[in-house]
Amino acid sequence: MRVSAAERTRAANPFLVIALSWVIPGLGHLLLGRWRKGLVFVIALPVMFFIGLALEGRIFPFQASDILVTLAALADLGIGLIYFLAGPFGWGAGKVTAVTYEYGNAFLIVAGLLNLLVVLDAYDVARGRK
Amino acid sequence: MADHFLLLVVFSFFVSLVFATLMRDDPRQQIRFGLLLFGGFIVAALALGWLMYPFPL
Repeated sequence: MRVSAAERTRAANPFLVIALSWVIPGLGHLLLGRWRKGLVFVIALPVMFFIGLALEGRIFPFQASDILVTLAALADLGIGLIYFLAGPFGWGAGKVTAVTYEYGNAFLIVAGLLNLLVVLDAYDVARGRK
Repeated sequence: MADHFLLLVVFSFFVSLVFATLMRDDPRQQIRFGLLLFGGFIVAALALGWLMYPFPL
């Protein structure tokens, strides 16, 4: 028996959708039956983040003494699970002398911020506003 | 990969793709809006580049 997108939306807990959508970009939309949108987010946002890493961008740490670094860390955190995998795998150390360092940072930060918009959109869908 | 224009194009592509997918529901509207955004990014970047040309760092 096929379950429609509307039925999935009614059944989904909005807070679970927020959590899943943040941990893995697009997963909230997939859970809600928005397959096409979910697939775009699942692929595009991590690819964008990994391009940022390949460009020698830095995953910023939380540093209370520097508000700009903290804001960048918050933006990076928006990408979810990958942010936490970066430490153990040694990703995102950043190479400030690399020509592409600032480009890498732009990719990393914007990927995280875009995922926060995706999370908000998934919440709206789960609440039946869209 | 240090070609500045290529990086600009790649960045614009991904941001336009996500925004168009997020903000429009109909596939045809998504494509139109995505192309508009992408073109806007490229044109704005080139225009700003030319405007900044007389002011080298």
